[in-house]
Amino acid sequence: MGYFLLRRTISFILTLFVVSAVVFAVMNILPGDPALTILGLDATEDALAALREELSLNDPIMLRYLHWVWDALRGDFGISHSFRVPVADLVAERLPLTISLAFSGMLLTIILALALGISAAANHRMSGDWGVMFLSQLGIALPAFWLSILLVMLFAVKLRWLPPGGFPGYSEPWAAVRALILPTVALALVQSAVLARVTRSSALEVMRLDYIRTARAIGFSRQRVLWRHVLPNALIPIVTIVGLQFAALVTGTIVIENVFYLPGLGRLIFQSIANRDLPLVQALVMLFAAIVVTANFIVDLLYLVIDPRLKTRS
Amino acid sequence: MKRLPVNFLIGTAFVGLVVGVAALSLIWTPHDHTLLNIRSKFAPASPEHWLGTDQLGRDVFSQLMTAARNSVVVALTAVFIGGGIGVSLGLLAAAIGGLVEDFVMRLADISFAFPTLLFAIMLAAVFGPSLTVAVVAIAFINIPVFARVARASANQIWTREYVYAARAAGMGRFAITRDHVLPNIAAPVIVQATIEFAIAILAEAALSYLGLGAQPPAPSWGRMLSEAQTLMYLAPQLAIYPGLCIVLAVLGFSLLGDGLRDITDPRLARER
Repeated sequence: MGYFLLRRTISFILTLFVVSAVVFAVMNILPGDPALTILGLDATEDALAALREELSLNDPIMLRYLHWVWDALRGDFGISHSFRVPVADLVAERLPLTISLAFSGMLLTIILALALGISAAANHRMSGDWGVMFLSQLGIALPAFWLSILLVMLFAVKLRWLPPGGFPGYSEPWAAVRALILPTVALALVQSAVLARVTRSSALEVMRLDYIRTARAIGFSRQRVLWRHVLPNALIPIVTIVGLQFAALVTGTIVIENVFYLPGLGRLIFQSIANRDLPLVQALVMLFAAIVVTANFIVDLLYLVIDPRLKTRS
Repeated sequence: MKRLPVNFLIGTAFVGLVVGVAALSLIWTPHDHTLLNIRSKFAPASPEHWLGTDQLGRDVFSQLMTAARNSVVVALTAVFIGGGIGVSLGLLAAAIGGLVEDFVMRLADISFAFPTLLFAIMLAAVFGPSLTVAVVAIAFINIPVFARVARASANQIWTREYVYAARAAGMGRFAITRDHVLPNIAAPVIVQATIEFAIAILAEAALSYLGLGAQPPAPSWGRMLSEAQTLMYLAPQLAIYPGLCIVLAVLGFSLLGDGLRDITDPRLARER
């Protein structure tokens, strides 16, 4: 177990470093003068020189990379060129919204997917099963942003039950929750379509095994066998996909925040592209990539909890 | 002859429709999709304009047709580039093995930290948003996917007896890869490519919706939706058709991919 943990941790840290190098390389080594990109073609030579100095563009590239990593490790992501405030402050201000959206979306995804997937497996080759499979096939083909627009047209424009977008801030908790309902549903419906499929096929694999038949033969109820015996043993592939999906979900928040005009990190990243604020884009892309890598690392650790065999091996 | 799976038949029909319409748009559309006619804006569906017109009086049906071509071309280009590089890397990894294989596969692992959208955001920030950015981002994300599929399938082939025989006969690794490995991994690679087309169409739509893909006046389903979203109180129907087109195309390619897999690898089909 110790070996597994150590190997995973080292590979996690190495991956983060390689990812940071890739982000830095794409944002900096590619041809073109960042100062020119930021200020535009009609900038004066003096302004360009000043900005180059501010971003220390005159230093060798390796030195700039090491500076960036070192500062980032201490929580300093530089100053946003367009907002004129530290990037860390901007992130701290917008992170809570993105986190609430990602976690509520993940929670709803898991609840929907387990319920649909297990019930489809329990009704294998019956109409309920085909219904779930059909819906999930459709869900996989549905773009989240279109689903969002449809939800807004139905629940905000036509029925007027929920706001069409925007965020009132956390000082009004009820309004904040209402503002997050449609984004969460849009995020979760598409993701749960994928997860429900995995849950169903993984549960079907387990249901075929001898000990499940034994459990039924002993006289345990169908429900008990499903939730106590089938589900825990079907979890490994489900958790793997949940980890991958958390990554998809986090980048999904970028899209959803833009559909619903929610002031989170996803909106910020698009504002920073429009403002040609390269330091901000670089920090935000790195942050999102780090979240994805961390999610995968956590999944690896979860294997230890779910599969006790890994603890004794090695 | 054995009956073909239902998903294959439905997938072929949808894909045929989308690709057919995309090809037809090269030589014929009911109207010029860029033709403005402010006086007939938001026209309802009619024999003249089959699906009505948009906020500038442009014919919606013609725009959808041209956008289909955009989607298909972007998906094909991106998957072919990404698939070509990915398959080559996978074959190389399987043929040489050892450190090269470890290195390529670690790179593939790491590239999963960059979803298409993140990569497109980086490129758009540096080069400015364009259709090329979308194509490159989608292609890039396909490289590790194909590298893994190609390597996994190729490693199986490398343990076959006919490969041992070829090696014993003095054939080089490159020649074996070309003559024995490549033809035998074609099936899983083609199945993967079909599924990746579906994902690419979805990705292009999302990138164009966010303004990172097709730029005006090039029509794209994603961009049509982002314009329609601002008009949803005035003309909700404009937000329906492009979305339906995306679903049709994505569903078509993903069903076709599933169907091809059922045909080429019946072991996987048993649970359906």
